[in-house]
Amino acid sequence: MPPAAHLLIAPILLPLFAAALMLVLNERRRWLKRAISLSTLAALMAVAIALLIAMAAPGSTPVAYRLGDWPAPFAITLVVDRLSALLLLLAASIGLCSSFYAIARWDRAGPRFHALFLLLLMGVNGAFLTGDLFNLFVFFEVMLAASYGLALHGAGVERTKASLHYVAINIATSLLFLVGIALIYATTGTLNMADLSQRIPMLGGEDLVLLESGAAILSIAFFVKAGMWPLGFWLTPTYAAAAAPVAATFAIMSKVGIYAIIRLSALAFGPASGLAAGFANEWLITGGLATMAFGTIGMLAASRLTGIAGSYILISSGTLLVAIGAGSPFVLTGALFYLVSSTLGTCAFYLLIEPVERAADPDGGAVPSQAEPAFEDDEPGRLAEDESDDEDEIGIVIPATIALLGSAFIICALLMAGLPPLPGFLAKFAIIDGLLRALPEMAATGWITLAAILISGLATLIAMTRAGINLLWVPVDRPQAHLRVVEAVPIGVVLALCLALVIGAGPALGYMKAAATSLYDPVRYTDAVLNPAHQPEERTR
Amino acid sequence: MEIILALAIGIITTSGVWLLFRPRTFQLAIGLSLLSYAINLFILAMGRLRMDAPPVVDKAVPVDPAAFADPLPQALVLTAIVISFATTALLLVLLLAARGLTGTDHVDGAEKPETKP
Repeated sequence: MPPAAHLLIAPILLPLFAAALMLVLNERRRWLKRAISLSTLAALMAVAIALLIAMAAPGSTPVAYRLGDWPAPFAITLVVDRLSALLLLLAASIGLCSSFYAIARWDRAGPRFHALFLLLLMGVNGAFLTGDLFNLFVFFEVMLAASYGLALHGAGVERTKASLHYVAINIATSLLFLVGIALIYATTGTLNMADLSQRIPMLGGEDLVLLESGAAILSIAFFVKAGMWPLGFWLTPTYAAAAAPVAATFAIMSKVGIYAIIRLSALAFGPASGLAAGFANEWLITGGLATMAFGTIGMLAASRLTGIAGSYILISSGTLLVAIGAGSPFVLTGALFYLVSSTLGTCAFYLLIEPVERAADPDGGAVPSQAEPAFEDDEPGRLAEDESDDEDEIGIVIPATIALLGSAFIICALLMAGLPPLPGFLAKFAIIDGLLRALPEMAATGWITLAAILISGLATLIAMTRAGINLLWVPVDRPQAHLRVVEAVPIGVVLALCLALVIGAGPALGYMKAAATSLYDPVRYTDAVLNPAHQPEERTR
Repeated sequence: MEIILALAIGIITTSGVWLLFRPRTFQLAIGLSLLSYAINLFILAMGRLRMDAPPVVDKAVPVDPAAFADPLPQALVLTAIVISFATTALLLVLLLAARGLTGTDHVDGAEKPETKP
């Protein structure tokens, strides 16, 4: 086995070892820890890029990595295909930007921030790479355990209360996850996803009913993670209470649930899986539409930026669920593009919230306040007062910070609402294009989905415009707001990534189309796992 | 055997779910622990119940799969126990922190939701 083949396990081992090393170091050696964390994340990004390039080659097949070289259905396998490579890169870029942003102040708010942060990424990467259901559970737990610590990072009453709900819900959900796994094992005798996709077509009768109930219970765990209505009420308060860089990284966490649904629905319940094919599609569509409706209402009702961001996550989860439920490779292509652009958008927005709220805070934002609303309903009164205060000035000089924040805010708004020229628009366009192609099969649901996508975009635009006017345009008698370079750079980088996604939209969409098509043709995936003889690098060690 | 196990799982799950919906954090912790016991039994049962059969294959004698218990659910249960142990410990710390910060053991951090600040 050439050394390059071991690259596949690096996204799991690198953060694990770096986090272990950091636990040994004294908490006072902050710069050393920051250096370790950032260099690990940079290395993760390099690994992800290498895997992505390998997968982007035309005709490339998924690559399996068997731990300890045990034969496939029994061993723990890691599999990388186009989808996993893409999501690995997304996780690494978001992790790098959030971690960099945390240097400004948040990593000093409590102990072991960087170690927990790397463990979270280890869980996320593991979930993207694993080839069997039980390890998916284990990596989910790694991710969740780290996220409990991170959600509490910075302490405080609000965080503790929100985290209590978050932890309780996720422990209960993990138990459902186990029930689902046990039922699937009982009916098929395997937990290897490639093996599952071969055995499920042979099932029938009682076993099929049991298997479908198992898969349904399992999906509840993923739906809770993705925040599907009515399982997503925990999401907005938890993300709102979390520290800014933590919330920005949690943006990728809700996509792990989506990833698991995509993977399972394509592998185990794809068109080739006999009687079980597409058994959950109507549920995905109904749940997705309900989530979008709930997110849209929440978006319009939100009085704080964190509320808008939380609702946006719900809307994007809903859109993705509907798109998966449509069960067409064309829609899935758009959905993958949407997944990437909306995750980047959410990440940038969560990072942006803190400086924007600080700039709008009359005290100059010495302490980031989590409890106060950013603006109130009696805003017009305040507006009038402020205008009378400013009358003796001739015009108002726009400070550089506000200009920077304002333009970043506008870009975020365009991105989230899905307006051209940003990738949000291209993503929605691709989904809608796919839906129009799939209309003959979807009939009325297709039109309802189209309407829901457009209305949720409109609601996002309204909410963002209102918040932007209130926070950035309303003249407030305040000292010069300050934006630190360490904070500005990661926001800029995430937004630049979005711009890069527009400029490289052709190749990116081509790659995602290949990813979506190969998802619906699981033979290559199962071949890579179960018949490794086809692969050039077979022998290990 | 099957009926006893099924009853046990059912009773523990019922108690766990009931406790889960109670307003006190301690009840929540106990409810989640009970639920995790029930789920562990359930996983074990999903590997088919076998009495007096070893899960580990002896290489010296020819292997007859019918003579062995399924080792995989046992391995899964072990992992699940460790994980739920860790998360329950974390939950307990969180309960104490919430009790200290809010001064109440209500899950919402306030005695009545209507009187929330």
